[in-house]
Amino acid sequence: MKIKIFNKTTKVASASMLVASCLLAGTAFAKDTVKVGVVSFLTGPAAGVFGVPAKQGAQIVIDAINNGTMPAPYNKQGFAGAKMNPIFSDESGGGTKQVGLFRDFVEKQKVDAMIGYISSGNCMAIGPIADELKMLTVFSTCGTPRLYEEKLRSHVFRTQANAVGDSLAAARYITDMYPNEKNYTGINQNYAWGQDSYKFFELGMKQMSPDSKGSDKPQFPKLFVGQYGTEISALSLDKAKVVHSSFWDGDIEAFTLQAMVRGFFQKKIFVSSVGGSAVDALDKKFPDGIVMGTRGNVGLLARDDKSPLNVWFIKEYKKRFNALPLGPSYQYARSILAYKFAMDKAMAKAGSFPTQDQVIAAMKNIKFKSFTETISMARGGGHQAVHSVGYGLTKYNKKGKTPGAEKVKMYGPECIYPPAGTKSEDWINAGMPGAKCN
Amino acid sequence: MQFWATVFLDGLTYASYLFIVSLGLTIIFGVMKILNVAHGSFYAWGAYTAAFAIGIISDNDLPEILFLPAILISAVLVGVVLGYIIERFILRKMYNQDIHLIVLATFGVFLIFEDLIIITFGVDPYLPYQPAMMLGWIDIVGLNRGVYQLSLILLATIVAFGCWYGLTKTKWGKLLQSVIYDREISEAMGINVTKVYVVTFIGGAILGALGGAYVAPTTSVSPGFAIDLVVLSFAVVVIGGMGSIPGALIGSLIVGLLRAFAVHQAPILELFVVFAVMAIVLIIRPEGLFAPPKARKI
Repeated sequence: MKIKIFNKTTKVASASMLVASCLLAGTAFAKDTVKVGVVSFLTGPAAGVFGVPAKQGAQIVIDAINNGTMPAPYNKQGFAGAKMNPIFSDESGGGTKQVGLFRDFVEKQKVDAMIGYISSGNCMAIGPIADELKMLTVFSTCGTPRLYEEKLRSHVFRTQANAVGDSLAAARYITDMYPNEKNYTGINQNYAWGQDSYKFFELGMKQMSPDSKGSDKPQFPKLFVGQYGTEISALSLDKAKVVHSSFWDGDIEAFTLQAMVRGFFQKKIFVSSVGGSAVDALDKKFPDGIVMGTRGNVGLLARDDKSPLNVWFIKEYKKRFNALPLGPSYQYARSILAYKFAMDKAMAKAGSFPTQDQVIAAMKNIKFKSFTETISMARGGGHQAVHSVGYGLTKYNKKGKTPGAEKVKMYGPECIYPPAGTKSEDWINAGMPGAKCN
Repeated sequence: MQFWATVFLDGLTYASYLFIVSLGLTIIFGVMKILNVAHGSFYAWGAYTAAFAIGIISDNDLPEILFLPAILISAVLVGVVLGYIIERFILRKMYNQDIHLIVLATFGVFLIFEDLIIITFGVDPYLPYQPAMMLGWIDIVGLNRGVYQLSLILLATIVAFGCWYGLTKTKWGKLLQSVIYDREISEAMGINVTKVYVVTFIGGAILGALGGAYVAPTTSVSPGFAIDLVVLSFAVVVIGGMGSIPGALIGSLIVGLLRAFAVHQAPILELFVVFAVMAIVLIIRPEGLFAPPKARKI
């Protein structure tokens, strides 16, 4: 008899557990907080004008969303109602170290999502692991096109458009503004980002200005090497007047200093795809007339944009950090916005706190409002953002005593990115069919 | 003509930069038989201290003529303070230990001092460009050259001459050569080897810091910027011969000139040529081109 009762009790308990398990698998419990790893360079040469401003940009937006003080359309408090608990982590140390830290975040710290990453090398290392561990990961800054062109990703999103648009927009700016300059060369760092950037600039120039010619000696110094005297001499002797560079962080600052004291910029048309940080660091000493990009309508090129979100962001950033937001500040803040947008959308659809799968489904192909424009996750199977990319000529604003830009031209995504499903290199080599430029 | 003159001048400038830093490294090895990985810390701290001093002069509108003394004083200050601390409290307790342990200890010191830089100066880059801007540029064979960067050649020449004179024409230099040749015999002859070690280590540290302090106005001084230089300095010292002062000079010239030629003619080979030469030297003459003779002990 006792055995029978025991059996009955066991059956009831088992059934209850089964029902509970089914419910748990389908929906997550409402949460007070979401735990998110936010990774950027906090030490090393990339920290000062990349990693730290990136972290600061993320902090401002996270705090505002947590407190419900963010302007519309992000004025609803929390991420699907939950407050974000960010765990900031250092990106330095290379891919192997970062993969280990990523695993730690997922398996030990049990985070709900991972956001950030500046280095293309780190993104390429983390991408496959994020899919393997099934962890929603939003890349903020890295630019290599290989991330989605080599393989579509199930759990990885990138809210920054890839380097192809930066390079093609640079080529467009040169052909638009300096149509008579037919010779070009470059100085780019010798790794994925630098090599890809110059490759696509060169491919773009060949298409947009067929009679132009690239130098047979473009420079590819090692990352963070710091001394460029010899390279500046070699570029000066090169007959090419246009010099393309995707140098970033300490390298662009060191190069600018060393080139500046040799009058290099008076003789060459220097095109920097991501040198905005150096403009702010050198302030009024930074030479006027350099063709400057910021990887989107952000940082230096967004200073005069009067969109309410942008005005709010600049004001809050200045108030809190006594500085103007740089490109990476916008890029990280933008990833947080995309995450909130997807969380809220998923919750509205599910009617309860969303599971990770629901958030991923909600984030695919979204169009979300960013600081200066609406960004579409329209490539890479709905995981890769495209947005406009601008270039302008540096011009110090003596009245406002801030660095600025003039003759700014913005190129829309349909002008500088291939259609979904087409590889960038194939599209450019085919003559960029369907490109719509103003 | 313009091409070769440019390559020569580029190579010479880069060699001067390498020589100042690798000289300290090789002197320390020659006398103390320590491969001092912490040499990069002297370079970095020298750069940060000079950048800080230049910032103070510039922010307070003090006379620009103070830039050079500020750079030199920064180097001496860093060399004396850090050199003394590391020698007195770490290395002196390890002289009888295995050489590999000492290398590991200096590597640990390097990492600690890298972190101390972040704690002290923060992660924001310093751009102490004022001395370089002040001196402007001159035209040499049709190409603008920064006067400040050219002055590195003069500085390296002064350092090289000072070293040669100090080692060959002074009593102290002769004592140093004696310790380099054989520490035990020197000790037996009444030379205070401990004192020689302290002075040598501080001298080497000052040279490392001088490299950083002098280069600071031409670059972005930011955390971790010394790492590549340490690696290149090791290449120079290995090529020239560990512990050889003429070796450091010739090694720097070989690396500087070959690198300059590669950057102008085949940029993709820039680093390859440096390490290829190092590999060839290691195969043919593992002790380096100008390694000092060793006493044969029976």
